[in-house]
Amino acid sequence: MIDAIVLPLLKILVVLNAVLVGVTFMVLLERKVIAWAQARLGPMRVGPYGMLQPIADVLKLMVKEDITPAKADKWVFTAAPMIALIPALIVFAVVPFGPEVSIFGRRVTLAITDLNVGLLYVVSVTSIGVYGIILAGWASNSKFPLLASLRASAQLISYEVAVTMILVSMVVSAGTLSMAGIIDAQYQQGVWYAFAQPLAFVVFFIGGLAETNRAPFDMPEAEQELTGGFHTEYSGMRFALFFLAEYANMIVVSCVATTLFLGGWLQPFPNVSALSFLGFVPGWMWFLGKTFVFLYVFLWIRATLPRYRYDQLMRIGWKVLIPLGIANVVVSAVLKVLL
Amino acid sequence: MAPESQPMFDTDEIVLNMGPQHPSTHGVLRVVLRLDGERVVGSDVVIGYLHRGIEKLCENRDWTQIVLLTDRMDYVAAATNNVGYCQTVEKLMSIEVPRRARYLRTIMCELQRIASHCLWLGTHAMDIGAMTVFLYAFRERELILDLFEEYCGARLTYNSMRIGGLPLDIPPGWDKKVLAFCDIMDTKLVEYEQLLTHNRIWLERTKGVGVISAEEAVAIGLSGPPLRGSGVKHDIRKDEPYAAYDEMQFEVPVGEAGDTYDRYLVRIEEFRQSVKIIRQAIEGLPEGPITGKVPRLIKPPAGETYHAIESPKGELGYFIAADGKSTAPYRFRVRPPSFCNLQALPRLIQGHLVADVVALIGSVDVVLGEVDR
Amino acid sequence: MTSGLITFYAVGALIVVFALLVVTSRNTVHSILYLVADFLAVALLYATMNSMFVATIQILVYAGGIVVLYLFVVMLVKQKSESELASDPRRRNVIGGILVAAVLGELVVLGVSNAISPAAPSVNAPGGVENVAMALFTDYLIPFEVVSILLLVAMVGAIILARREI
Repeated sequence: MIDAIVLPLLKILVVLNAVLVGVTFMVLLERKVIAWAQARLGPMRVGPYGMLQPIADVLKLMVKEDITPAKADKWVFTAAPMIALIPALIVFAVVPFGPEVSIFGRRVTLAITDLNVGLLYVVSVTSIGVYGIILAGWASNSKFPLLASLRASAQLISYEVAVTMILVSMVVSAGTLSMAGIIDAQYQQGVWYAFAQPLAFVVFFIGGLAETNRAPFDMPEAEQELTGGFHTEYSGMRFALFFLAEYANMIVVSCVATTLFLGGWLQPFPNVSALSFLGFVPGWMWFLGKTFVFLYVFLWIRATLPRYRYDQLMRIGWKVLIPLGIANVVVSAVLKVLL
Repeated sequence: MAPESQPMFDTDEIVLNMGPQHPSTHGVLRVVLRLDGERVVGSDVVIGYLHRGIEKLCENRDWTQIVLLTDRMDYVAAATNNVGYCQTVEKLMSIEVPRRARYLRTIMCELQRIASHCLWLGTHAMDIGAMTVFLYAFRERELILDLFEEYCGARLTYNSMRIGGLPLDIPPGWDKKVLAFCDIMDTKLVEYEQLLTHNRIWLERTKGVGVISAEEAVAIGLSGPPLRGSGVKHDIRKDEPYAAYDEMQFEVPVGEAGDTYDRYLVRIEEFRQSVKIIRQAIEGLPEGPITGKVPRLIKPPAGETYHAIESPKGELGYFIAADGKSTAPYRFRVRPPSFCNLQALPRLIQGHLVADVVALIGSVDVVLGEVDR
Repeated sequence: MTSGLITFYAVGALIVVFALLVVTSRNTVHSILYLVADFLAVALLYATMNSMFVATIQILVYAGGIVVLYLFVVMLVKQKSESELASDPRRRNVIGGILVAAVLGELVVLGVSNAISPAAPSVNAPGGVENVAMALFTDYLIPFEVVSILLLVAMVGAIILARREI
């Protein structure tokens, strides 16, 4: 009874809280990191070094007036941000945060569940997130958000193909679709897949940047172009939900990248006994550290690079990344059979 | 227009209105685009939102008061406007400006060129998405503004020239600070170039975008970096030297392809040349008076003249007609470089995508204060 | 009534309700959204039958791919308002009646044939990755390849039709 119901509920509670708090503080992190890259300090007033800024932001957004455009479709308008956020949160059900640990004498795996098709679950759930964007643009009943949302969603589904190709090659390397299984395979094979499949790593990361509409692929939401893109008509908490969805997606991509390419919760060189002292640091801390590295790189790239024009963006997705992804699948499969 | 009444696919063209309030039009500029999908098939540039009647106002101000009105035209590089106006009146009245004043005017103009290009670089890069360059460029612009604040007390609109010379001499130690700034600027230029010049994304966004050939550029009447970017080597500082430019050694950068990338390279090189000129001017700064022999009441003889200088945006020309009797000009007309360069905009954006429109407005580098006056 | 049967009927009810909403909703976009919900419910059904692979593929391909494109088309093409639709209610009723009769007839035939000779349930986990893969690449290899070529032809055809001559 405890194992079947209470434990999963507790895990869900912990993970959901962690993710939501994490997402809120991502807002602060982004502002701080980009500020420091730009030779300024970022938010400094609220709390020590601006640490309580996210709380101020959330409070402000909650008390804002809730404006719905006159002829907008009320239900869809309200539902769109939720449809954008919920898939991003559900994905965390299969993310393995750590190995089996003992809590109060009970063996507990630090993952909500482990589906044997975990990776496929991740891909399919994130593909539902596209609806949030499309519906947001449509429900606003205004030309510009509609065009912007169609562009954003076209970008998303294009890069989904490239990312899925990469995931297929990882599945070929690991021999299993389950997330915990992939970490195990990296342990067994003694190498993090970032080194065994560097091309896949790079393509996945670029695809992840494009999937989450982050710079340099953020043309659909660039303020200079179509005045705010698909969330132009949203204000207050609904707008906040879109932002949270974007950051949650970033965290999802980082977690998946960590699991697939950096060995998840494995310490560096797990098979080398000389370095086993690194096991002192618990697995979930390694996992969070690696995820944080990815998130930092996301922000770093945003601060540094200009953005691609929309047609160049689509060209890269279709003409560069997808062929590379397919080639990667073929080569991984061939090598897997030969070696 | 009511969006819900516009059928989406019945016609092939949609009309998109950019501005006058738009984050990227660098001021109150309105561009009405006719789009076929994402391609611009026609456009209409609407100006006049910042018209303040400066030319008419000048007909009621006396000659010294006009200096502070000229500040407000190209407010990004205000001292250049001052210099141009004062030189035109000096030409009309045949006043000789002492050497020290000419050197100081050169230094101020070149500092303004750097300040204007800093602003151009920051906003152009930010429009294309590189946000960080904006902050870096403004950091350097702040240093220049500090220098000017020390000289004349104002950061943006200086009123820093008088007919016949300058109103104030530079404070002690100012020249050392300018030299220190030149050293800083050299290192920062390396930073900007590292971020942009060979960046693949920057190249893809700017190469081949908005190509204008040399013949067309001359035919439209472009001047400044847009003209030089198309390969026409024309710089008033070299062709008709004024102030102390005939005593300075510098190069005039010229582009080849006439696209946005070449205009960018031309302006980056102009940064360097300006630093070079400033160093020479500071090191060779002569002693002497800062104002020439100017009558107490400035009343130019009846006549008209036109004088042009090379402002950071292009050829800034003043046409002044005096009737010899009153203490205000009969006609005060400005040839603003931004106004003439802006005429090229419809031709530039034809056939490009909407995202390029923003890049091209930045590449032409207009300031609306001067376009509308 | 085992819990499995209760789940089956509950999910089945969801599917039927959403399907009814699809056909009765006045707004096309709402229809499509109910269709998405319907597909998600079908995926849920697969999941309860221990076929996680088929469930995720259902979400990925149907709900996350095909219906997105339906949504694109609906949003971009101007919809005829209610009054412009076929104004002859008799014709509408007749055609509708024929189609409904056909579908119901098929269901009846299926139900009767199943009651007479019920199909044997599959032995192993029907929707597991390995089983589906084995079936696809051994028993159903030729249909698989033919379907891929069909999809390729459809894609190329769509591009040719939609491309404008420059």
